[in-house]
This record gives sequence, C-alpha cells and structure tokens, in this order.
Amino acid sequence: MATKSISRRNILKSLTMGAMASSVLRVIPLEAAEYAHHMVAAEKAATPAGSYAPKFFLPRQYKTLLALCQTIIPADADSGGALEAGAPEFIDLLTSENPKYQLKLGGGLMWLDAACSDRYEKTYLDCAPEQQKEILDLIAYSKNAEKDASLTPGVEFFALLREMTVDGFFTSQIGIKYLGYVGNTYLLSFNGCPPVPEA
Amino acid sequence: MPQVVRSPKVYDVCIIGSGAAGGTAAKVLAEGGLSVVMLEAGPALNPEKDFKEHVWPYQIPHRGGGIGGKLKHEVGDEFMAPNGAWEIDGEPYTSAPGSQFRWFRSRIVGGRTNHWGRIALRFAPVDFRSRSTDGMGDDWPLTYEEVAPYYDKVESYIGVFGTKENISSAPDGVFLPPPPPRCTETIVKKACDKLNIVCIPSRMAMLTKPLNGRAACHYCGQCGRGCLTASNFSSSQVMIPPAQATGRFTLITGAMAREIVVGKDGKAEAVAYIDKATRSEQRVHARAFMVAASACESARLLLNSRSTLFPDGLANSSGVVGRYLTDSVGSDAGGYFPQLEKMPPHNHDGIGGMHMYMPWWKFDRKNDFLRGYHIEFGGGRSMPGVGEFDGICERYEGYGASLKQRCRTMYGTHIGFAGRGEMIPNEKSYCDLDPDTVDQWGIPVLRFHWHWSDNEIKMAKDMQETFRSIVETAGGTFLSKAKPDGSRPYGIADGGVIIHELGTVRMGSNPKTSALNKYCQAHDVKNVFVTDAAAFVTNPDKNPTLTIMALSWRASEYLLDQAKQGSL
Repeated sequence: MATKSISRRNILKSLTMGAMASSVLRVIPLEAAEYAHHMVAAEKAATPAGSYAPKFFLPRQYKTLLALCQTIIPADADSGGALEAGAPEFIDLLTSENPKYQLKLGGGLMWLDAACSDRYEKTYLDCAPEQQKEILDLIAYSKNAEKDASLTPGVEFFALLREMTVDGFFTSQIGIKYLGYVGNTYLLSFNGCPPVPEA
Repeated sequence: MPQVVRSPKVYDVCIIGSGAAGGTAAKVLAEGGLSVVMLEAGPALNPEKDFKEHVWPYQIPHRGGGIGGKLKHEVGDEFMAPNGAWEIDGEPYTSAPGSQFRWFRSRIVGGRTNHWGRIALRFAPVDFRSRSTDGMGDDWPLTYEEVAPYYDKVESYIGVFGTKENISSAPDGVFLPPPPPRCTETIVKKACDKLNIVCIPSRMAMLTKPLNGRAACHYCGQCGRGCLTASNFSSSQVMIPPAQATGRFTLITGAMAREIVVGKDGKAEAVAYIDKATRSEQRVHARAFMVAASACESARLLLNSRSTLFPDGLANSSGVVGRYLTDSVGSDAGGYFPQLEKMPPHNHDGIGGMHMYMPWWKFDRKNDFLRGYHIEFGGGRSMPGVGEFDGICERYEGYGASLKQRCRTMYGTHIGFAGRGEMIPNEKSYCDLDPDTVDQWGIPVLRFHWHWSDNEIKMAKDMQETFRSIVETAGGTFLSKAKPDGSRPYGIADGGVIIHELGTVRMGSNPKTSALNKYCQAHDVKNVFVTDAAAFVTNPDKNPTLTIMALSWRASEYLLDQAKQGSL
C-alpha cells in the first residue's frame, strides 16, 4: 500500500511554512519535529536480562519470575520472547510501586513454590520440565479452579502475571515488530484502508 | 494569621479557569480591547516537556502503564500530558451514601481541553426545546438560531472536520474535509448501511488542512498525548496564545479561587484565591467576572461565596446552584471481526480518534425512551499499548507459543463501541457543599448525589442491543460485559465517568428557577457570568465542549458590548 512517508527535510520544510503564517500562536513546529526525531533516534534495545537489580522481588523469586516469563512468551523463529523484551524488568518496576501487585505476584510466587513442594517436594525452579508443565497447566485455566478451589490463588496469580508478561512483550521494540505495527510516523496525508477481505 | 495582600490594580475582567470556556473568553475579551486577568489552579503547560508525542512505549520505564502504584490502565498514564485525574491529592470530593459519582478534574493551563476527545458536535434545534418537544426537563432560554453564528465562529477558528449531511439531529457546521475511513470504519459503515443506521464522517477538532497558522495533522494518532504542532485543538495552544499576544492579558497560575467577594453595592469586586506556592491568600480586583472553572467547580465557587447579601451563595437566590447535575449516559461493548485478521500490515493511525460515528438516527420514530444517543467506535491496528491483549488473555488463557501467536493473529481485530446518550435532569442528582470536609486550602468541598432514572437504563439497553446487531451484521462476535441487573444495569457507567457533567448553574428566563440569563449573566449579580457547561439547561447526546465555546464566545461579545456602552 502506498502510504506516503515524509522525509525529515520535508517535515521541517512544511512545518516551517505553517509557522510563518502564524504570528501569535505559540506553536513550536520546528522544535517539535526536532524533538520527535530526537526521541526516535534515542530508541534503544531493552536492558539485557541478568544485569538488572530487581527493585521488589528477592533474587530467588526473580529467577522464578524470569523462568515463568520465558514460558509465557517464549522466543521462537520469528522473534525473541518476554526476556529479550525486558518484560521481567517492567513487571518488577510496576510491582515495586503497587501493593496490590506485590500481594498478588509476591504471594503468588510463594504459593507456586508451596504447591510444587506439596506435589513434588521441590521448588518450582528445581522441578523437572514436565512437572513445571503440569502445575502451569493447572493454574493457566480458570476452569480448573472451579473444580478445585485450592487452585484459586494460583490461577489468579498466573492470570495477572500472564497479562503483565504479554504487556511487557508487546510494548517492546521486538514485540511491536513481531505484531507488524506500522505507524507512529509523519504522513502528509492519510490514505485510509486497503481493500477489506470478506468476513 | 493568614496574610492578606490586596492588589491595587483593577482589571476589566477576571476569568476563573483556563479551559474551553475560560480560554475562549480570554481570546474574545482581550482581542476586544479589555484588560483580562485569568486565574488557573494548576501550573503552566509546557508542550516540549509535557507532551510525549511519537514516543514508543519501550522508551519510557512504565511502557505507558500506571506510574507510582497506579493500576496499569488508569487515565493519567505515562503517555498523557499532565491533564488531570480522578483523584487529586489534598483536594477531595465526597459522595453521599448510595451515590456513585466520579469527578475528573484538571489543574493545568488549558484544563480538560488538553485531554478531551475533540469530538465537536453542535446541539440540534430540538435540543434547545426539550420541554416543548416531550414535556420533560426545561427549554433553554435561547434557540439554535441564536447560537448558530457562534458555532460558526468557533469552528472557523479552531478547525473542525466533517461533512454536510443535512441530518436534523446533527446540524452541519463549518467543516474542513474529513480523513478517509480506516478498515475498522469501512466494516462498521457497511454493517450500518444494511441496518439503516446512519454512519457518517465524525466531526472532530483536528486540522486536516493548515488553519490560522497551525500546521495540518500528520496522522500519528496520538492526539490524547498532546500535539506539539497544535494540529488538534486545545485552549492552552489555540485560545490562550492570541490573548497573550494582545499585551492585555495576565495569567496567574497556581491560583485556587476560594470566593468571589461582593461589595456593598451587591456587585462582585474581587476574587479571593489561594496562591498555592506560598499558601497565602491573595485578591484580584476586576469590574466583571467570568466563572469558567468547569461545571462543578464553578458551582462550588458560587456556593462558597456566601455573604450577608447572598447567604446561600452568589447568584443563588433561586437555590438552583448545584442542582440539575447530569452526565452523559454511557455504555460500552465490543466485537471481534475475523476479516481484520486478513488485513496486511498497513498504517492505521489516522487522527487520534474516530473518523466516523453514528449520530442519533431514531429521532423519527417512537422509542422505549425519550431523547437519544450517538455511537462512537474505534479499534484496529493502533500502536500496541499496555492492556492491548487483556481481553485475549482473559478469553483464551493458557501460555506459550500458542498464546504469543494468537495475540499476533488477533491484533487489531477488535472494535469497541461506546454509546453517549442524553440524561434527563432529576431531583436526586445534584452536588452541594459537604458540611464536614474542606480541602488542603481550607475550602469546603463538593458532595455528590447521584441517581440514574429508568429512561437512562432503557437507553443503555438499547445501546447494547444496537452494538450487538452491528457486530453480528458485520460477521463479528459480540463481546460485552454488560448485564441487565446489578449496580450498572446494561453496562451504564457511573455518574461523572463520561466527563460530561454539567447543568449546575443553569440559565433560564425565570430568575426563580434559574441562575443565569441567556448571556450566561447572573440574574442576581450583573457583573458575574458563568460561561462553562454549568450554564447548560440540558445535556443532549452531543459532547458539550463545542457548545461551551460557542456560549462563552457569545457571552464575551455581550460583555464587550456592555463595556462599549459604559455599563461595565
């Protein structure tokens, strides 16, 4: 589709012309364009996992969080996963500021280890991959808690963690690229919709 | 002891509030030759610093989610200009037992115009004549024909796009060309055509062409964050600057108005305000006063302006101040549209808001309820943000590769619908002063009383049914959390949530049942005007901001005339 992008030079030119017509409006088109370009130039990859000092989670909890994030949104042939996207750092930051998240995620990680300990006599991280899958398959679906109420805290914990991991991945540079979002740019005109296929 | 400093200067006009109403008055009055001082309770706005235009979510630590412990979806997130909030530290409000009301307030130059959706709809002729039409509520003391020239002036100056449609419920205006529809809008329009629901280009205050020195929109879809090129309308960027350019305009920020002080002659002579920086009381003197602090703040200021002459508050001999409080009837739903899965990646941003909407279309038949509503809608492949896939997580659950792929497949396939309808004023919906609570400036706060009547509930029901028929006609899956019962029947939003609260200092021809005349001038105190939506007699389904500006412009011209005649 022929969406017309503008070069930086053209933006500055058109915005400057707009500004010349104005004598009283305190609008800063030239600076505006500079600012936006500065921001775009400042794009940087997410902090690599490992070098990060968690603000809320204890080191061992944070290791469990990393493992869970990776399982919720894994890397694949098309892109990196939640870890590469910096989702754990994002979750840690939001949790460090919010008592509700602290209770649900902090408590949820404790609950997970206790549930693994009851079932397998190991913490989640020490469990075999098939055991980890077994417990996650239980708490990843709310219908399981309808059958077994003792799973409810785990289901609620996992629901919040899933949402925040998904948020962390899809708001990252790699996540946005993975979705194929095209935008956040300057257009001289908006072209509307390419032909829509039938339902 | 509080220090009281009296300013010797007497301005022609003091405007309280810098939003849609205050900004319009400032421009018209200062350009008209009067000296104007404006009080704003918040700080100045600095677009360069405050606006996050073109920033990606991964460039800011919270990715646009809640800062400082706020839940991740709350308004006032990291992307937004410092627009305002549902709760302001040190400035509470209360709700009477059993009442659900939320109040969104701004404390910044430009007020809520920095935040608003920029939907700019004219009221229709019938909207000014409600009682004559269906026997409920009251007629306005003025007609559409009296307001129309001011709609023209406002639209010509601020820039509104739209199309001439000749629909009686949605009068045409002075329009810039509309942007072409996005895919989501193309699909919905087609379904509406089949259902005989009117679906037309929206009317929004964004520039599709350069106007009055402002650059045209560059279609980044981020109007809500504030626009560095001022290609969308805000009072801070479009109304205040021309007032400042006259050299006759003084802006005082961080000034929380406490009381309008009346002289022995019964005329207002000063505003007592708190200078927030020094926590000291100040006074500013003027010959006339434009109260434009937002409907409920304006009512609060009048109620707090009690004196021997006006024991029940200024301009309140009728007792109507605080009464007739309404908000829009709001109910939302959404749909999954499978055809959108097949769309190739393309730039879907457009303006920051809808390119099409449905004006009230059932005005020609008998309905289960009085008055009407319009429908706003939007969705598609917009910039991914926090919360983007909450619905998918909730519906499909699970984890791993399948979840990741599902999010990609279903990205941009959701369209949300929001009905915005007319509430009829009722006895149980009003605000008054809470006798037990003051804010941190020592000013008594508002207490809200709220009740939805059956007419509004029936309207919300109709909205839900309409959303369903549109979604299903388009081949989509209807998604709604609305239930017929409970505290929010048919998904009706709590009072105040749509942020169209108004009517609390209403105008009318009878001084016994209204506070203002048709020029927004107080019946009781001729040099006091209330030019925000407090003056409204009814709350039609149209978003109030355009009408606020038209009425404020009209009141300001009236005041200029008075000044020319020497009666200021």
